[in-house]
Amino acid sequence: MSGFRSARRRRTLAFRYLGAVALTLIFMFPVYWLFMISFKTPDEIYHVPPVWFPAHIQFSNYLVLFKDGDVFAIWNSLVTAGVSSALAVILGTLCAYSLARFRTGGDNLAMWILSQRMIPPIAVVFPIFLIYVKFGLVDRYAGLILLYTAFNLPYVIWMMRGYIADVPIELEESALVDGCTRFEVIWKVVFPMVRSGLMATSVFTFVFAWNDFIFALVLTRTEVITFPVQLTHFFGGQSNFWAKIAAMSVLGTLPIFVAVTVMQRYLVRGISLGAVKG
Amino acid sequence: MADVKLSGLHKFYGPVHAVKGVDLTIAHGEFTVLVGPSGCGKSTLLRTIAGLEDPDRGEIAIGGKVVNDLRPRERNIAMVFQNYALYPYLTVYDNIAFGLRARRAPQAEIKKRVAEAADLLNIGGLLERYPRQLSGGQRQRVAIGRAIVRKAELFLFDEPLSNLDAKLRDEMRTEIKRLHGEIDATMIYVTHDQIEAMTLADRIVLLRDGQIEQQGAPLDLFESPRTQFVASFLGSPSINLIPVKLASSATEFSVRFENGESLALPTAKRTALTGADGRAMILGVRPQHIARAGETGLRDGVARYSAVVGLLQPTGTRTYVTMKIGGVETVAELQAHDVQAHGERIEVMIDLNRAVLIDPASGRVVA
Repeated sequence: MSGFRSARRRRTLAFRYLGAVALTLIFMFPVYWLFMISFKTPDEIYHVPPVWFPAHIQFSNYLVLFKDGDVFAIWNSLVTAGVSSALAVILGTLCAYSLARFRTGGDNLAMWILSQRMIPPIAVVFPIFLIYVKFGLVDRYAGLILLYTAFNLPYVIWMMRGYIADVPIELEESALVDGCTRFEVIWKVVFPMVRSGLMATSVFTFVFAWNDFIFALVLTRTEVITFPVQLTHFFGGQSNFWAKIAAMSVLGTLPIFVAVTVMQRYLVRGISLGAVKG
Repeated sequence: MADVKLSGLHKFYGPVHAVKGVDLTIAHGEFTVLVGPSGCGKSTLLRTIAGLEDPDRGEIAIGGKVVNDLRPRERNIAMVFQNYALYPYLTVYDNIAFGLRARRAPQAEIKKRVAEAADLLNIGGLLERYPRQLSGGQRQRVAIGRAIVRKAELFLFDEPLSNLDAKLRDEMRTEIKRLHGEIDATMIYVTHDQIEAMTLADRIVLLRDGQIEQQGAPLDLFESPRTQFVASFLGSPSINLIPVKLASSATEFSVRFENGESLALPTAKRTALTGADGRAMILGVRPQHIARAGETGLRDGVARYSAVVGLLQPTGTRTYVTMKIGGVETVAELQAHDVQAHGERIEVMIDLNRAVLIDPASGRVVA
């Protein structure tokens, strides 16, 4: 009887694994296809029936991006997303500390700040464009960094407020008595305590800025075009440069891939922390 | 010299008046315990001395210097918190060294002082561990180590033992008392546990509703409470409070219970109660002042009373016995083998010399 039951259990388990593997293959296929196209020759790309695996892995599609200067878009994205995330996280954490510990603005200010995040970007992008024209910020790093920082701040403040509120206040009070200034308390006690949350929040702010399309489309021309906007330049009226699109997409995915992999440990802990108490 | 002087201290939390004009002087080297029920303002008072709360009115002076406008770090105090407040991401060594590093002490000095503190507290073998790898008692030792390593002149303890189990609490209590003997510092200790207060303090400050109800040496407070609140807060099991009426005749001065029985009062109480004949009073008798009657004669003020044993609560050497005195349920603390069983009729002696008479209207002890 028990032998029969364990055989049935093994079979169920096998089916579950099969199902999981099948689903993974389906979801991973577009990613696989993207990577493969980026390594194929033009002949292979348009070949019918499709070539599942290129005959030779070759990097000419990437070389073209470097030769044509398209990769500058990746650099621009790195600068705008990196600098704006760093700014948003630093300023936002200080602001969140003030909200959490000094109850700045009472109960409602935090909610009001978060509501800023809910504005649809398309609703504000054209007024912002007009303002930027006046201040000479269009097609400048400063313009995009300012905007991404502003858009990320509410999110950072909201998340960090939750993490900071979870830090036992006695830890801070003990440090104050022991001889720390308020800034030292934030640096030596609060930051280490909220490290996971801070990392998770940083990754999300970076991803938001990295993936933004609408602001970058309207507010850049030629100098600081970011990678999503650059990608659209490869879609032509007559033809699409699939090789370039694939190579550029791979390059654009890599930083996020690296960030998430490196921060994975913190991400899981940071997100689940926030899930318990917000 | 770290004497502490509080003058006219007030603290409000919104509409709540948490500390109501406290005046208190604590001498250098004294071990003072602030005790009282939850919400009496004892922790607020301590936090105000630490500088973690600002008083709304009044003055705080430490070592003769007014510190109202000084930040916590400028007051040269050390504080031990209820939940240890250890930094989970630092080792025991780094936790203890934290305060010295914050004050930028030289590396060699830090090393020496941490070793000294670890030695004093028997935690030398734990220095490389993290707080999560320690037991509750070890954590509390580290927390105390972090405070003493700074060589502050004033130590503040905010219910440091309330998270520990009973046995560990006894151990740490002894440890803290020993520590006070070994380092020359003023200590202010907050607790709601009257045993901790009695055993540790040079002086107890009993707070009630944001004000000092009474202060003095532990035994003074225990034996000569000024109010019903003090009488019932200190002592375990707590004092028996029995409604009585004063009655006097030419030969005798006594209290009459509601059931008509009466007991003669000692002559010493008589003077304080002249002219109070017929007044309602509350007789306060501590369970320890009721004993099994022997064959010997009675002293003045010790009354003999016959009662039926109700509940028995043995604690080992002593047994708490419930009985009715004057028709009121009363607890007596007798020797373990003084009583055999529930329902037994026994003779007890009530020492009225050590009993108190309380005016029910004002709650003050009158004799």
